Amino acid sequence: MTAFLDVRDLKVHFPTDDGLVKSVDGLSFQLEKGRTLGIVGESGSGKSVTSLAVMGLHTAGQYGRRKARISGEIWLDGTELLAAGPDHVRGLRGREMAMIFQDPLSALHPYYTIGKQIVEAYRIHHDVGAKSARRRAVEMLDRVGIPQPDKRVDSYPHEFSGGMRQRAMIAMSLVNNPELLIADEPTTALDVTVQAQILDLIRDLQREFGSAVVIITHDLGVVAELADDILVMYGGRCVERGPADRVFHEPRHPYTWGLLGSMPRLDRDQQERLVPVKGSPPSLINRPSGCAFHPRCPYADVPKDDVTRTVRPELTEVGGRHWAACHMSAEQQKRIWAEEIAPKL
Amino acid sequence: MTIPERSDSAAPAPVPATVPAEKHDSEALLKVTGLRKHFPIKKGLFQRQAGAVRAVDELDFEVRPGETLGVVGESGCGKSTMGRLITRLLEPTAGTVEFEGRDITHLGVGAMRPLRRDIQMIFQDPYSSLNPRHTIGTIVGAPFGLQRVSPPGGVKKEVQRLLSVVGLNPEHYNRYPHEFSGGQRQRVGIARALALRPKLVVADEPVSALDVSIQAQVVNLLDDLQQDLGLTYVIIAHDLSVVRHVSDRIAVMYLGKIVELADRDSLYRAPLHPYTKALMSAVPIPDPRRKNARGGRVLLNGDVPSPISPPSGCRFHTRCWKATEICGTTEPPLSEVRAGRQVACHHTENPEAPAPPVQRG
Repeated sequence: MTAFLDVRDLKVHFPTDDGLVKSVDGLSFQLEKGRTLGIVGESGSGKSVTSLAVMGLHTAGQYGRRKARISGEIWLDGTELLAAGPDHVRGLRGREMAMIFQDPLSALHPYYTIGKQIVEAYRIHHDVGAKSARRRAVEMLDRVGIPQPDKRVDSYPHEFSGGMRQRAMIAMSLVNNPELLIADEPTTALDVTVQAQILDLIRDLQREFGSAVVIITHDLGVVAELADDILVMYGGRCVERGPADRVFHEPRHPYTWGLLGSMPRLDRDQQERLVPVKGSPPSLINRPSGCAFHPRCPYADVPKDDVTRTVRPELTEVGGRHWAACHMSAEQQKRIWAEEIAPKL
Repeated sequence: MTIPERSDSAAPAPVPATVPAEKHDSEALLKVTGLRKHFPIKKGLFQRQAGAVRAVDELDFEVRPGETLGVVGESGCGKSTMGRLITRLLEPTAGTVEFEGRDITHLGVGAMRPLRRDIQMIFQDPYSSLNPRHTIGTIVGAPFGLQRVSPPGGVKKEVQRLLSVVGLNPEHYNRYPHEFSGGQRQRVGIARALALRPKLVVADEPVSALDVSIQAQVVNLLDDLQQDLGLTYVIIAHDLSVVRHVSDRIAVMYLGKIVELADRDSLYRAPLHPYTKALMSAVPIPDPRRKNARGGRVLLNGDVPSPISPPSGCRFHTRCWKATEICGTTEPPLSEVRAGRQVACHHTENPEAPAPPVQRG
């Protein structure tokens, strides 16, 4: 019995002139219908590459003549996607699984009306006439809160504001009732007041359609609002995964601590100073040996025998459905979090 | 294109800081009165003016020496235009900008040049604000050449010192911008802004292009530099939590106007303008336990109206849940409701009621 979405040991490598870029290097996660998984991490940590791999958008060889090298398994509702042919995946894309992109202006075609683009997405998967497809487009625009949908269906993307464009894109991605929705930084390009509207919309729609949602973001506030489970990525791998409440309140990995400490928060009293993660994100061509985070980790010397520099830590379960990839013992992690990190947040 | 006049006469003194500091101690470093910028919209064959984008409309505020003024607002509220006006990168349509008591509103390029030493800017995008064909040494050393300043010990030594001040390796002198990450590039931009020991630094979204962990490094750096060098900042940002972290006083802008101006703590504890309240409650709280316990969220409808034809009366009335008839007809002035708190609203929020997101953690 596999989960609805089951990603096993996914690797996505890109050959380049400088060497092999290991964007995703052994990632596994599961997601059930009706649940939301939040993937957080910094730029270059492999979040978007993962989502494009699930959508089957890497294999087309769009990186010059050289293709991405993908290995592992991606199971969606009992079908393995990497071994399935491109035609099969094309049949699923848009119907079973759909995606919301970060920048609605570049994801929508500027030459076609919003309505036409939604109709196209619908008619590819449904054998219906132009009129009823258009009715469906108007219905979807209405559902995502676009005022006067019967008029706006004939507008072009440039006539919409940023928030409206993002709503239109959500309408397009939901037009076929997909069971898996991947939202890649859906609100990063938007203002906070509009972001709040869109987050509410995604939450309502998920409740209504019962789909599985993967939300990819660098904003911990956004995942805390939406996600049931959180996966923290660093250098192409998962460093911590667990229920949202545990990841925020009993995080085990020093990188998660770093993310929490870096963030100025409105819900707390003014912090004196932020606690940043020192250094910069790792190179994906020459990954640091051992634990990829060790050059930036203030606790790299806590485990004995230089193990952080030589051995790559595996994800180990540290409590109910909560995993972390760190060499420190559970006691050390708990103690450092409680004594050194939590009081400073 | 107009070629800036070579006003060598306007910049005769190579000595930095021409105005004695004591004289202006009690005064504001920067004083802005009635500042306005309308960008004309031209149409047709004869390029007749068909209207104007009223990007900034009647701003009044002061920046005091040594403080940080934060400016927040959504995109299109005119905050970046404001930053470009006070650094005189844009010509104001009306109003005055005074720096150290001197009216600099209409100074020409040449007359402005000596003042460029005192007013510097940090830009948002560290990828487009550094010339890719110049080495870091050339970029950070450029201000010295432009201002004909020769620092003691030579330009190279001074540039290397600046690089180490902002946390870069002095050996990076001969490298090119593409060899650096976003956070490091932003440090280069900061080093360049600090080269001539400015008094006022205007930073337009200095951290919004950076990752969270790097963002915190740069925020801390700006903080340290202010303490060490006695800088005055105007920090423009859309991120309310960053602004709270760095600012002493905060101006909230909406559609070209300041709607609220107050010191940080009272603003965040009890916002008086409905827009400030809505803006704050829209910020997602990074705590899943609070996900469902958020009764106080104010969700605004719709989008920011067009600055070409802003709504009559109070510009926020089309989205405001407290709007009454007067809001559509009469524009509320920015008035002082209490010492240090200015609000432009006919129906200010109850100052006793705390804003929803500012609960004690």
